[in-house]
Amino acid sequence: MKRKGNWLLLAPIYLFTILFVALPILYMFLLSFLSRAEVWGVDFTFTLDNYKRILEPLYLNTFVESLKLAFLSTGLIVLIGYPYGYFMARMNAVWKKRMMLLLMIPFWTSALIRLYGWIIVFRSNGVLDKVLMGLHITDEPLKLLYTYPAVVVGMIYALLPFMILSVYSSAEKLDFTLVEAARDLGASSFRAFWTVSFKLTLPGLLSGVVLSFIPSMGLFFIADILGGNKIVLVGSMIQEQATKGRNLPFAAALAAVLMILTSLMIRLYRRITGAEQLEGLL
Amino acid sequence: MKTKKWPFIYVGVITVITYIPILLTVVYSFNASRISSIWEGFSLKWYAELFHDRDIWEALRNSLILAVLSCLGAVVIGTMGALGMYRKKSRLNDAVAYLSMLPIMIPEIILGMVFLSVFSLMGLPFGMVTLVIAHTTFCIPYVYSTVKARLVGMDKSLEEAALDLGACGWRVFFDVTLPLIAPAIWSGAMLSFAMSFDDVVISIFLTGPTVNTLPVKIYTKLKTGVTPEINALATLMLGVTILLLAGAALVGRGKRKK
Repeated sequence: MKRKGNWLLLAPIYLFTILFVALPILYMFLLSFLSRAEVWGVDFTFTLDNYKRILEPLYLNTFVESLKLAFLSTGLIVLIGYPYGYFMARMNAVWKKRMMLLLMIPFWTSALIRLYGWIIVFRSNGVLDKVLMGLHITDEPLKLLYTYPAVVVGMIYALLPFMILSVYSSAEKLDFTLVEAARDLGASSFRAFWTVSFKLTLPGLLSGVVLSFIPSMGLFFIADILGGNKIVLVGSMIQEQATKGRNLPFAAALAAVLMILTSLMIRLYRRITGAEQLEGLL
Repeated sequence: MKTKKWPFIYVGVITVITYIPILLTVVYSFNASRISSIWEGFSLKWYAELFHDRDIWEALRNSLILAVLSCLGAVVIGTMGALGMYRKKSRLNDAVAYLSMLPIMIPEIILGMVFLSVFSLMGLPFGMVTLVIAHTTFCIPYVYSTVKARLVGMDKSLEEAALDLGACGWRVFFDVTLPLIAPAIWSGAMLSFAMSFDDVVISIFLTGPTVNTLPVKIYTKLKTGVTPEINALATLMLGVTILLLAGAALVGRGKRKK
């Protein structure tokens, strides 16, 4: 085939990737070793202060809290999303189509707009309080808005579709006659599920974990809107240091640590599944 | 195997829960009261207020321009890149392909921060140009990977047959390859458009004093307190989404019937 013009096809993606992905990320790592200038900008002197500062209790705590929140929301997303995706894959073609459409509507709607609905639910004397008080489950408003549970719900809500789609796409490929064979050979339904279905849908599950864990560290707007100023995540910290704080080197150091954590997760995923691409991402 | 009912019930319950906040937003957009938990009767006043909010329309226009431009950029660069990398495999190509996927693998916040520092280093004024560059960068992976996957799954002998029959390279591309990868380009483009139109995290770093995108505008409004105007906006956006998805589904159905 015409191989001559190939570099012309490749030129734009090479140029864009080097100019706007590779070099900027390198610059971020470089920046994290520099210090901030007196007024505005960056002083080109080498320092480790930014990394030392991350180890201060205030910032370290934020990292730990973010990780905790990410683990908690990812865990709940697995519990809710895995059965959903799995069951969806077992429906007939018509229902699959319908469920896909129902999943896609929220997925294609602005994340902010969907979160806004939860403000209406959670706010003091809001819908949830009214319902719970009406049913005499609680006597006074729970005032859930701007609390930790509200942020967890927001995270689950924003990221659940990724888990469902990942699990669905690997469960779809699963040959369910294998499960039946296991049953015929005398396995209990739990054992058949565990040894056959679960093993074979593991790549989808893990990819869903990666796809929900990684963004949950950086989705500062969820913590902002549903958590008020009470819950500060690494994401909020980076944003604040980079914009209001005008301390780019420190923000870069925070981002660098976050990036290293992220790549470790992706490597771990690849090690376990041996897959190149995340399942169900596209 | 007998079909059990409870999986359906489970899926149904979760689906209903995910729709509750959305439905509430729609219902309360017609509420006369400013406090959204109290129902004071049907009213269209928030829609009226929305239509007179020039900032919102300006932001919507910016978001649409931004989404169209970055989607186009990503389609051109991503499709060309996928074709080029598919035709010639090399280590360097693999490395660049990996790097080009990074923007959707790492948390968005890192990308936003990275662009902020690089653009201020380059002295580019923050506005539409910086936004388009940033959005194109994170849209390329969506187009690239869908097109690449389609190319890998494609029957190579089709292209070879066309060449054997004497078609020139361009003819083969337009008559054989392009129609085969068109659905992939289309779905990559749709994803890119949606991702760009919905992006808050990266845009928030890059919107200057003059240019605002719709999500950034909504975000600042939500931070300053609840305004029922957002209910109206949400309802309209939801309506458009449903119409587009229904349209796509109908087109799909029509095609299959043929």
